[in-house]
Amino acid sequence: MSSIAKELANPDIKVPAEIENNLIVTSIDKIYNWSRRNSMWPMLFGLACCAIEMICTAAARYDLSRFGMEVMRPSARQADLMIVSGTVTKKMVPQIVRLYNQMPEPKYVMAMGACASGGGPFKDGYNVVSGIDKFLPVDVYVPGCPPTPQALLHGLITLQKKIDGQSIRTVRWYQPGAEEPIPVPILGPDLIDPRQATLLRQRAAEQAALAEQAALSPAEPPAAG
Amino acid sequence: MATAELNNLKLKAEDVKLNEAFPEAVSVETRKGYSGYTVKPENLVEVATALRDRYNFKFLSSATPVHYLEQGQMEMVYHFYNLDAGGGAIVLHAQTSHDAPTIPSLTPLFPGADFQEREAWDLYGIKFPGHPNLKRILMWEGFNGHPMRKDWKEAYYEQDGKPYDTRWPGGQVHRVEDKNPFGNNVAYPDGFTLEGWSEQAERGLYEAMPVDGKGVTIEGMQTDLVTVNLGPQHPSTHGVLRLIVTLDGETIVKLEPVMGYLHRNHEKIGERNTFIQNIPFTDRLDYLTPMANNHGYVMAVEKLMGAKVPERAEYLRVIMDEFTRVASHLWWIGFFLNDLGAFFTPALYMMTEREMILDVFEATAGSRMMVNYMRFGGVARDLPPGALETLKELAFERLPRKIDEIEAYLTDNEIVRSRCIGVAAMSADEAIAYSVSGPILRAAGVRHDIRKAEPYGIYDRFDFEIPVGQTGDLFDRYKVRVFEARQSVKILQQALTQLPEGEILSGKQQYQARVPAGEAYGRIESPKGELGFYVVSNGKPNPYRYHVRAPGFINLTSLGKACQGWKVADVVAILGSVDIVLGEVDR
Repeated sequence: MSSIAKELANPDIKVPAEIENNLIVTSIDKIYNWSRRNSMWPMLFGLACCAIEMICTAAARYDLSRFGMEVMRPSARQADLMIVSGTVTKKMVPQIVRLYNQMPEPKYVMAMGACASGGGPFKDGYNVVSGIDKFLPVDVYVPGCPPTPQALLHGLITLQKKIDGQSIRTVRWYQPGAEEPIPVPILGPDLIDPRQATLLRQRAAEQAALAEQAALSPAEPPAAG
Repeated sequence: MATAELNNLKLKAEDVKLNEAFPEAVSVETRKGYSGYTVKPENLVEVATALRDRYNFKFLSSATPVHYLEQGQMEMVYHFYNLDAGGGAIVLHAQTSHDAPTIPSLTPLFPGADFQEREAWDLYGIKFPGHPNLKRILMWEGFNGHPMRKDWKEAYYEQDGKPYDTRWPGGQVHRVEDKNPFGNNVAYPDGFTLEGWSEQAERGLYEAMPVDGKGVTIEGMQTDLVTVNLGPQHPSTHGVLRLIVTLDGETIVKLEPVMGYLHRNHEKIGERNTFIQNIPFTDRLDYLTPMANNHGYVMAVEKLMGAKVPERAEYLRVIMDEFTRVASHLWWIGFFLNDLGAFFTPALYMMTEREMILDVFEATAGSRMMVNYMRFGGVARDLPPGALETLKELAFERLPRKIDEIEAYLTDNEIVRSRCIGVAAMSADEAIAYSVSGPILRAAGVRHDIRKAEPYGIYDRFDFEIPVGQTGDLFDRYKVRVFEARQSVKILQQALTQLPEGEILSGKQQYQARVPAGEAYGRIESPKGELGFYVVSNGKPNPYRYHVRAPGFINLTSLGKACQGWKVADVVAILGSVDIVLGEVDR
């Protein structure tokens, strides 16, 4: 029996020995997940320092192709996995969200490194988004600054494990409403998340009301100090 | 050329008495810890012209603002160098009020000031009358305010300087986003609503591109000029650079780089950090050459502190710098071939030795890439047992063999030659005017290397040569880098043989550096070019001003000019030949 067959076959169902090499009886979830996990094509897409470690992981020494992931696709349309490798800035995040929307389902997101996971050392910066999970659903976080190639590999194996646990009956992309794209953030006086538009209007109204109140009421004497 | 001018070619900075030549406009800088001159802004152009034409200080290395909030002043600091004479800089300070600051532009005289003045407008709000294209460069058009000003506070602002009171000694850690009503790193001007507001971030970018004019004519069919974008997500932009290109058929009519997609506020964060906290941040500037970045920064602060560096530490610094240079040049060769179309196989070959160098970095400093290795007055750790043997094996055996291999495969390769020779040639004068530095400057025929021109550390002890090209085309840039890698190996062989025993750090290890008030500009020859750190201290634990003169950022100034008239496929190669790393371009 080949190794693939061993991995996939359902041991409860006996296959006659003479056709053992030609026939595998398995479940649809198993074969569905197995085929996806072993050809996870990442998007060729680097943001910052982590991208260098990602390139090293893809190179000969750490060799991503052992996991069927060496085919890096520069086009979002052909990619299964977005490795957000580096600091997500406000100026860049509209493009990242757009790229994510362009990826066909099933798609996965990996936040590689401290910056993509939560802002990292640059979190305080005025142009930095505190982690890509503010906008995209992240499947695996890989800690490190930058994560070593080993850590990235571990993250990818973790993602494979996650895929193994999925079922075709419950996966997101076969649910109603799965086609909804994520609204692309807008560059205004600061980054505007369209999902927060209501909150933004509400706060502007509050501020306007406060200003009106201050204009109507007689000026209070300034507090000492 | 008049005789008087000829005599001026070799002038050193200390021989020029600008205050005597311009008694009305220029005075010697009197603030404690400062050097150079103060110039009245209205005379700046006149003085800069004289520096360039009369004194041969043609290289405007750095132009950067400082905001003195208490004095109510905005100041531009310029560093001019004489590349023929070497030595230090002539520093000019031009001051103006910080309400509506205005300083005449030097871009018409020194095109290399273009991006730097745009950065000063973007981050500090200084207007430069005379600048041909003054718009934001790192942030987007329509952003609220000029973020590097001392009175501008970011959304996650806690306090002016670290350590924050909430963290130390109190130790009450909280999540800053919980205090922000939007739960994210955003702040809007008072009363901002979406009604009536329109986005302008993209609009200005396209306005500068030519729209009219005829394109190529094919069999009587008239075509138009087309404006397209390359990047920010594109495999050959080396990160998140974006190029807006107007094309006539396949020929470039105009090209403009758009950056800031990796602007992570290095300088603003650097001014909140304490001096020593900035060392790990410098690693992340040009993430292919962290050792060199460390070296430049600690050198600038050591100048202020007057710290002495022990002999062994100086040697270790040189060793780490030069290994970094070899690794960086190898990486560049691999990815330049990528840009020429040899997808990834050459890069795999180049990365083998780089991995070996990174292994030693990891064993010594604790991390492959972000080494955080140098300290004020020395280095953090000594070489671990066995590392010296590995380094020697690399420097004497592996690396020379590798470079021979590169030369054997690539230098006479027909495709490499036909793609590179004559492409994007750049004259020496042009390179100097654009403030280009590093291998591209040398490829253009200027024999300038800071390791020789203004030797830092112990570089004056080693025997090595500076390669120069003749035409400044892509092939010269390639050859200069290969030759430079060879010279680095030569330096390494000397340094590893001479490496003395002894201390690696002068004084005690400390958490807080005491830095006297003053300004300092430390510059080193990083693999990408002149990497400078301009640091202003006011005696407090945090730098008052912390500026990085990033070689990649300034080298990009010449890109638009270099690409004009070439084809689309050449743009990728020309961009590759500049060797940019977005971490330092955008900072």
